[in-house]
Amino acid sequence: MREMSMMAAIREAIVQEMQADPRVILLGEDVGKFGGAFHVTHGLLEEFGARRVWDTPISEAGFMGLGLGAALTGLRPIVELQYADFIFCAMDQVVNEAAKIRLMSGGQASVPLVIRAPQGATGRGAQHSQSVEAYFMHTPGMKVVLPSNPYDAKGLLTAAMRDNNPVLFLEHKMLYGSASPGGGKAVSDPTIGRFGMDVPEASYMIPLGKGAVVRNGKHATVVATGVMVHRALAAAEQLAAEGIEIEVIDPRTLAPLDADLILSSVQKTHRAVVVTEDARRAGVGAELMAVIAGEGFDDLDAPVIRVCADDAPIPFAPAAQDRVIPNLNDILAAVRRVTSDE
Amino acid sequence: MAARTDQLAPLDLIGFDTDFLLGLYRRMVQAREFEEQLYYLFLSRPMPGTMHQATGQEAVAVGVTSALRPDDYVTSTHRGHAHCVAKGVELNPMMAEMFAKRTGSCKGMGGSMHLCDFSRGMLGAFGIVGAGIPIAAGAALSALVRGSGQVAVSFFGDGATNEGVFHEALNMASLWKLPVIFVCENNQYALSMTVSESSAVPDIAKRGAAYAIPGVQVDGNNVIEVLKAAQAAVERARAGAGPTLLECITYRIRGHARFEASHYRDPAEVEQWKQLDPITRLGDALLADGRVQPDALEQVRNEVKADLEAAIAFAESSPDVEPDEYLQYIFDEEPAHA
Ligand SMILES: Cc1ncc(C[n+]2csc(CCOP(=O)(O)OP(=O)(O)O)c2C)c(N)n1
Ligand SMILES: [Mg+2]
Repeated sequence: MREMSMMAAIREAIVQEMQADPRVILLGEDVGKFGGAFHVTHGLLEEFGARRVWDTPISEAGFMGLGLGAALTGLRPIVELQYADFIFCAMDQVVNEAAKIRLMSGGQASVPLVIRAPQGATGRGAQHSQSVEAYFMHTPGMKVVLPSNPYDAKGLLTAAMRDNNPVLFLEHKMLYGSASPGGGKAVSDPTIGRFGMDVPEASYMIPLGKGAVVRNGKHATVVATGVMVHRALAAAEQLAAEGIEIEVIDPRTLAPLDADLILSSVQKTHRAVVVTEDARRAGVGAELMAVIAGEGFDDLDAPVIRVCADDAPIPFAPAAQDRVIPNLNDILAAVRRVTSDE
Repeated sequence: MAARTDQLAPLDLIGFDTDFLLGLYRRMVQAREFEEQLYYLFLSRPMPGTMHQATGQEAVAVGVTSALRPDDYVTSTHRGHAHCVAKGVELNPMMAEMFAKRTGSCKGMGGSMHLCDFSRGMLGAFGIVGAGIPIAAGAALSALVRGSGQVAVSFFGDGATNEGVFHEALNMASLWKLPVIFVCENNQYALSMTVSESSAVPDIAKRGAAYAIPGVQVDGNNVIEVLKAAQAAVERARAGAGPTLLECITYRIRGHARFEASHYRDPAEVEQWKQLDPITRLGDALLADGRVQPDALEQVRNEVKADLEAAIAFAESSPDVEPDEYLQYIFDEEPAHA
């Protein structure tokens, strides 16, 4: 067993791809000398030099555009944002340019651009806590990846780096399993499990658009993303003791979405709960529900339930943050409800 | 940038009365002590969130706000405690906010990076670098439209001047002669990046020229120099002559954020800047001028310490936020009129 944190797995994927492909470069704030706000890129400047690892000024719109320009002209940039919240500063370059240029150019442009961004609620208030996936899942032309464990993270990032389209690669801060900025302790949460930590050394790809069944079950399908995969697994343990066997599915990429995997599970279980950390209204949960209800209607024995963050900016006070973000009990309650008429 | 000990002018107190100067001293000590207490609180117990200390930069906050009226506006940054203290936000609710309590300035909803108090003209700290710059210009536009005679100040770091909004806001403020003062706290670093590593024009004051805005560079650890420059900028703004870009050269003594060890800089550089401590420099000037005796300064420091102990006690004994309290703060449903 080659046990590795998600942070280390992401770093290894980047290092191996940079070794294999000289076109891969890094751009971002403090990614070089400092080694990245979450230390993901530590040592890369020393290993690959300043032509490949660029410490940018605090100019998100600017360096996102530079990344795109370089992607259009023969390089394969990885742009790092210190927090996903800051992608809104670069929104135009991502949404209006990167995501659209291939179509606008009639297929002339390829956009091998990976945007890496840490996200999720960790007690830092409304501007450092958001889950941004829905904005980009909603953006035609974008691919969106949200790994839940080190093994997936390495394989998905490798695939993202070899993809010729803009890929937003979202890394949940609670899953890094490593130091936070400034060397603070890793964020710990008892519902975060230790699965997927056996990471092969050789480089490998997990195709974008392929989800995974992370636990088999028959009474209900729980589709969960990111940290919520861990909470769903924790819920599964408790529910099993009550005789409820849930099947937990991690889509791993949100765009493209592995609808077939989700629908075939619902065909078996006839019930579904979707669990995401982003806000409820017009969020990822809404899209997952629409897929299940729209295409799997005949298989359903109960209405689909979504467990998502409340429609509020993330409050600072821990008790309020924890109320906004879905927790273990929210998942347990939803599964009990969806299976209650059995 | 190395500390330029040799080039620094001593504080020139002529024309200021002693009580006013002691007021400046007290405010700076309050800002310092607020953060030093927090530093130890974060070390000694679980505290929510994070914090960024402005230790060594207090003269900028206090010098600039001392040129303002109570109803003037301020926007601030992730490193904003000193701006709040200087603008007159009370220590008790500030401290309670750090503890995420219901009695906090933002009811426990904002935290360190979003401290504000609209009743004091403190429109907020923003955790998005550069975000407060156009907002201050907008407050200035509002003052102009309403004819209120107020001005707005935006505090921001050297790193923030590389965000597009800095340039967009400066252009509009100059074009429309908005009563705003752009105050750059050049503390030499944006996290690990020095100014010359990230800015093609490292003299930030010079960037004003691109927008026909006077750029003024001052010793940001000299509260009197900061104050005088701010007074001139405020006068200009209130007179309708437009914005000023005021660059205050200072230094961040502590790490970027809680527990950040700053391995990217030379400890000798930090030590050198500690010699230029803005609080010590004002205190020394007051003593050298014979304005006060050492015990007067000590008394201020002791009083501030007691105030902070009281603030911590207030925060500790305040009620926690109930989980669903946030629901009242999402929308304001009062219509402007029927
Ligand atoms: C838009 C945005 N980008 C990046 C960050 C992360 N970040 C927080 S503070 C900081 C450095 C800011 O430097 P400066 O403006 O000089 O202010 P200082 O920290 O020195 O006070 C960075 C990069 C952020 N909060 N917002
Ligand atoms: Mg700075």
